[in-house]
Amino acid sequence: MATVQVQEGPMTAIRAPVLKERGQREVFCGLTGIVWLHRKMQDAFFLVVGSRTCAHLLQSAAGVMIFAEPRFATAIIEERDLAGLADANEELDRVVGRLLDRRPDIRTLFLVGSCPSEVIKLDLAKAAQRLDRTPNARGAVRVLNYSGSGIETTFTQGEDACLAALVPEMPAGDVSQLLLVGALPDIVEDQFLRLFAEIGIPVVRCLPGRRAMDLPPVGAGTRFLMAQPFLGETAAALERRGAVRVDALFPFGAEGTTAWAGAAADAFGIDPMALRRAVAPGRERAKRALERARTVLQGKRISFLPDSQLEIPLARFLANELGMVPVEVGTPYLHKQHMAAELAALPAGVLLSEGQDVDRQLDRVRRERPDITVCGLGLANPLEAEGLTTKWSIELVFSPVHGFEQAGDLAELFARPLRRREMLRV
Amino acid sequence: MQLTVWTYEGPPHVGAMRVVTGMRDTHLVLHAPQGDTYADLLFTMIERRGHRPPVSFTTFQARDLGSDTAGIFQASLRDAAERFQPKAMLVGASCTAELIQDDPGGLATAMGLGMPVIALELPSYSRKENWGAAETFYAMVRGLADKSVTRAPMEGRRPRANLLGPTALGFRHRDDVREVSALLARMGVDVAVVAPMGAGPEDIARLGEADFNVLMYPETGDTAARWLEKTFRQPVVRTVPIGQGATAAFIAEVAAVAGVAPVGPEESRLPWWSHSVDSTYLTGKRVFIFGDATHAIAMARVARDELGFEVVGLGCYNREFAREMRTAAALYGVEPLISDDYLQVESAIAALQPELVLGTQMERHIAKRLRIPCAVISAPVHVQDFPARHSPVMGFEGANVLFDTLIHPLVMGLEEHLLTMFREDHEFHDGVGPSHLGAGSGGEAPSRSLARVASPASGGGALVGEAVNSPTPGPSPEPKATKGEREGSGGEVSLVPGEGGWTAEAERELLKIPFFVRGKARRNTESYARDRGVGVITLDTLYEAKAHHAR
Repeated sequence: MATVQVQEGPMTAIRAPVLKERGQREVFCGLTGIVWLHRKMQDAFFLVVGSRTCAHLLQSAAGVMIFAEPRFATAIIEERDLAGLADANEELDRVVGRLLDRRPDIRTLFLVGSCPSEVIKLDLAKAAQRLDRTPNARGAVRVLNYSGSGIETTFTQGEDACLAALVPEMPAGDVSQLLLVGALPDIVEDQFLRLFAEIGIPVVRCLPGRRAMDLPPVGAGTRFLMAQPFLGETAAALERRGAVRVDALFPFGAEGTTAWAGAAADAFGIDPMALRRAVAPGRERAKRALERARTVLQGKRISFLPDSQLEIPLARFLANELGMVPVEVGTPYLHKQHMAAELAALPAGVLLSEGQDVDRQLDRVRRERPDITVCGLGLANPLEAEGLTTKWSIELVFSPVHGFEQAGDLAELFARPLRRREMLRV
Repeated sequence: MQLTVWTYEGPPHVGAMRVVTGMRDTHLVLHAPQGDTYADLLFTMIERRGHRPPVSFTTFQARDLGSDTAGIFQASLRDAAERFQPKAMLVGASCTAELIQDDPGGLATAMGLGMPVIALELPSYSRKENWGAAETFYAMVRGLADKSVTRAPMEGRRPRANLLGPTALGFRHRDDVREVSALLARMGVDVAVVAPMGAGPEDIARLGEADFNVLMYPETGDTAARWLEKTFRQPVVRTVPIGQGATAAFIAEVAAVAGVAPVGPEESRLPWWSHSVDSTYLTGKRVFIFGDATHAIAMARVARDELGFEVVGLGCYNREFAREMRTAAALYGVEPLISDDYLQVESAIAALQPELVLGTQMERHIAKRLRIPCAVISAPVHVQDFPARHSPVMGFEGANVLFDTLIHPLVMGLEEHLLTMFREDHEFHDGVGPSHLGAGSGGEAPSRSLARVASPASGGGALVGEAVNSPTPGPSPEPKATKGEREGSGGEVSLVPGEGGWTAEAERELLKIPFFVRGKARRNTESYARDRGVGVITLDTLYEAKAHHAR
């Protein structure tokens, strides 16, 4: 069933063709983003309106986190909800009321659309409007809506949809500021804030913040720097509010982070000497930390199966800073404009693919036999059993991997499976 | 709508996946949106299978909805048939595809694939995983069993039995099959077909050749067993051989049905272990049991009759077996809890304050929160309950396994109680979990070193523990160490921060590192600082050390 067409790639130095495939996709849906988003926004609750499958997916993706009173849940649609839509809306109001009474600490509630809720055309946008700022026991709660369904979103696109829903809520303000976009682990966010303070950019804010209620202002003075590559909708929404995107590599590795911070410094007219002084210690540390992994990774061939849209920046980092040889780099979605600098920095001869027909792609992996294959947990053990070494990709989204201080850890994530295969004598 | 965080069961199509993943030479094509492939990782990660489940998904997306989702389904089916060359195919729809109302069965029939294609009805909005597995197995048996098969005359041959119900992702199914097969072999009974696990379509076709069926897991096999009983007049052995007594009853039932001599029941060590004086302190321990109905009911018998516990609560999450559960609960004089709402289970446990909880992964966490010892006896379970070692729950070896499994958290409970008497109470420190939770309990170095120091005392713990433990039901405040004891242990446990010390900023940064590596990060940084004569550990020192140790 796959339709294969080769298209002209983006206007980059390498003009790489992109293999576009359709077929079975072995990927997560956008609901999975809730697992890390709810950790970041401490006053937010994510209510999926979906089926038992949705709840089961969240449970499988969240692992032991499910037992730690997480701030997400599923309103499971039952047979009687399918009978008539009016009833479904009343049911939803009842569930939301009960939830907010039980969790008075919640200030922002996301109604998250799923495949079932979208197919039955349950209008969650309208429901969010209806429920928004309806005072509950402890005051008004902001209620927003976005889609994390598999029919609309792939894995990390769930974060994009969520942040894009926050953008219209940001207050207007023309103050000159740098906005970092993308949910980062707190420790990484703090490192970046310190770095930009040292560089001398006066006002730096984050989207999302640690509290969804405290949204930064946005307007013509805002320059925004994407910390994650999968935020196309959010970027467009910010641009609609007058903010201007700072084009940069993504902050993976010593070079990636230097270029990323440098692009922001340029946008704010920072003296290049001041920039160099500020980044030099971190950059040097990162380079030193990469040395150990380089002995393992140098010259090794790597393929990425599509998962998170992090694949292209990571392949660039592994190729340019660790001497790896990317064979195929698959991505669920390729934003040509946001990825232009990354593609230009990628070595020639890489097969880029967008979308997936998993069986055909696995045929290519078996033919090429890369030294390491980055793929999801549904594929990793089966490929290991075939004698291929794998790195499961979801860890790259959950672990702190951005910035100077994490560069060594990021490289180690790829080096460890290879080192392990060398070590085992069974 | 039902507000849910935890679900005991997945949707019915996951049950269908469990059946085909257990089988050979079959392939399931599921009409399902992008994302539903998440269920693959249950099999590849939790059960650690080295193959992808034999399941293809159509993974339709929003842009497909207006056009030809039926066409996508047929293309997926054709692709899967060509690529995997199965001997039989199954088709079905997940919850979303159920709403768009393409008809997988009709579409498949229209294609004429030249092999049996079984259409599954999986009502996702009213049924769940176990029902899906039972229905899929039943549909497969009804579709593929050869009704013209007749049984050979009994003269001059051993009786033959089918084992019905084991699936992929079943709790201990792999080892139960081995155990029950060996038990039957010792009785002179051959196993004809084990299904669904390990069976191919040709095995399903010859199910009628067996003289009787052993229904191992009613949750997944009962529907098929009843159809086989009616169609081939095969008697069904319904005793589930979990525990010493139930295994003896199982042997008696098999002997009667097969017309063979029963084998002696003395193989298990459980009776002697349970009679030995070390087990005296188990008497009357109040136990709460929850899980799937089959395991919960079987465990209640083991708990009361074979270990001497008092069953104070009994329940199951699968409503399909509510009647059996009510009957069983009456035996123990308790109110049955039939619910798939974990909050209800939690409040029942909190109200009863048992001394031991036997349950699923969820009860393990409830028990952890309530600080009650716990053992896992039923799905849903996590990866550690698909062990590498042979660990059946059925048969005589199963009884041995159960004795150890059910007693271990209690012994550990005593050990833990003793430990807290001799040290400062670290219990609510984020690095220290109760020892009955296994590997995660270590935390930072101090608790480990203490556990090592104190463990010799726990060998003879039962005597002391009897006296010390019994007056403290549940999570009552634990005795605090005296000042002297605190100082004694304090000298041993503290992580010496070197001559200098940590700046507040660096200390705060350290706290952002997950607890299970924090101790290592602290030690590395301090040794780095010491080696270089750095007096005060700043943020920079922390990261310099991190970079240094990365090399």
